[in-house]
Amino acid sequence: MSSRNKLFLAGILTAGMLSAPALAFDFGRPATPDEIKLWDIDVSPDGKGLPDGSGTAAQGKQIFADNCAVCHGDNGQGGIKDRLAGGQGTLASNMPVKTVGSFWPYATTLYDYIHRAMPYPTPGSLSAGETYAVTAYILSLNGIVPADGKVDKASLPKIRMPNRDGFIPEPEFDPAKLFRKK
Amino acid sequence: MTSKTQIESLQRAVPVSRRGFIGGLSVGILGAAAAEAAGTESLGDVPDRGPGADLGAHSERSRFVKLDRIPEATPGKRNVEPSDAINSKTPHQKLVGNITPTDLHYERSHSGVPDIDPAQHRLLIHGLVEKPLVFSVEDLKRMPSVTRVVFIECTGNGWENWKKADPDLTVQNTHGLVSTNEWTGVPLRFLIDLVAKDKGSNWMLAEGGDGAGVDRSIPLTEEIVNEAFVAYGQNGEPLRPAHGFPMRLVMPGFEGNLNIKWLRRLKFGTAPWMTRWETARYTQLLANGKARQFQLRMETNSVITQPSGMMQIQPGYNRISGLAWSGHGKIAKVEISTDGARTWKQAQLSLPVLSKAQVRFQMDWVWDGKPTRIVSRSTDEQGNVQPDRQSFIAAMGTNALFHYNAQQTWSIDEAGRVRNVLA
Repeated sequence: MSSRNKLFLAGILTAGMLSAPALAFDFGRPATPDEIKLWDIDVSPDGKGLPDGSGTAAQGKQIFADNCAVCHGDNGQGGIKDRLAGGQGTLASNMPVKTVGSFWPYATTLYDYIHRAMPYPTPGSLSAGETYAVTAYILSLNGIVPADGKVDKASLPKIRMPNRDGFIPEPEFDPAKLFRKK
Repeated sequence: MTSKTQIESLQRAVPVSRRGFIGGLSVGILGAAAAEAAGTESLGDVPDRGPGADLGAHSERSRFVKLDRIPEATPGKRNVEPSDAINSKTPHQKLVGNITPTDLHYERSHSGVPDIDPAQHRLLIHGLVEKPLVFSVEDLKRMPSVTRVVFIECTGNGWENWKKADPDLTVQNTHGLVSTNEWTGVPLRFLIDLVAKDKGSNWMLAEGGDGAGVDRSIPLTEEIVNEAFVAYGQNGEPLRPAHGFPMRLVMPGFEGNLNIKWLRRLKFGTAPWMTRWETARYTQLLANGKARQFQLRMETNSVITQPSGMMQIQPGYNRISGLAWSGHGKIAKVEISTDGARTWKQAQLSLPVLSKAQVRFQMDWVWDGKPTRIVSRSTDEQGNVQPDRQSFIAAMGTNALFHYNAQQTWSIDEAGRVRNVLA
């Protein structure tokens, strides 16, 4: 960043400090807790953000067939879009197959992604229970939960994905070390 | 005459009478070109002048100029239907200067381009803050602003060449996922102060208003807090829908995917959220099967755009030109080899060189007509040198898919045909 930019930002900060109460009123409006809930959809690896409800792999099989198989194929393979199952043991080969089972490090991410982005034409249209069910089904396709398995907000964060230790953080932005040096 | 032939006309054989005229003696090339052309044309052939078309509300490109992005899918899946495309690439082989025309800025969208009414768009900032706030586009426009020229680059830029080099690729195919525009918006630091962020919060989730709700965790380093901004302006006008209208995050020097388009939520927390895009997608699989994660900064890079893939040159004078950029700061120098990376000469940079922006480079070259290979390598102000392909692949393997910044080599055969090759 150039020194000119630094000076400019310093100027903004000074102005902000001199008139801080006015600025908060001047720009934007307070967000109410109820409306924040409508948009606060992210799910963390510790399970924070997961809703109540539950779903089974057996329920998920039908929901998947109705909503997902057209792109991802029956059983999460052979579709026109991302393959979701199999591929374990291929990551070090010349033809790695990255799927939920072979690559994804957190099961919570699967719930988050299905809920926010899928099904592609109507994202967010599945209920919490349906989303849990599809999550359980995709995990079952990968042998991570049993075919009659069930997931909910307590069990999902406890699932240890096969590739959980498959990631090496770039040293410059390693979350475990980044803000501890100061 | 199309722009392609115009550019090719610049590359026609011209005997060079003296060296170094790019440094100022541009009359040299004009004189030489005129001498060559004198036998084949006359000024009497140039059409007569006359009144032109009416003045309009917009100025369109000349009907003689054809400039298009090309929508593409994954490596090797080119010339796809727009509905199957996941990105659209900038035609660097037809462009000059440093700034990418707005409609030709590359695009990567994960769920199409949403049609957002700015009057109904809102930005929610919440999480570990004292005052969660909601902002409209008009709110942002009333705030103090910054304007800055920066490159934005998809981490997939260069991904065609990880495993092999298809010889018939243009630089648009190989390097069309980086562009440089001027962006205007509100400093992230200003917004952080407005909501009174908790000092204990060091990570921010940025989320888009597209169908996919693309979201990324952003570490609030000093550099990022100082430089990031929420943009509503692009090259002097409101953002184009493809680039995030009515507002997007701009993260100078960082992965394109972090520059969240159609921004509608910033949430402050204490750890990364491990979203799909920062785990399953934009991580780099190494040869040992482990994946590099949070490789957020875009590397030191360059590519020769003229002459480049699928062009044809003639023996004699040729001007070599291209673009260099680095997520670490300013480009310090660009070197060019015209003998397959055996010897290098320093190219001239088009001033001013801006931090985290693309810069045009150029160099005189007299081609002796023998087959050879041309390649550029850039060095940034931090001393980072763009790696040769061999050492790059030795470090990254061939499965990483993203963050390819190895030197780009173009081969030239005895007929002057320029082709994509691995070094």
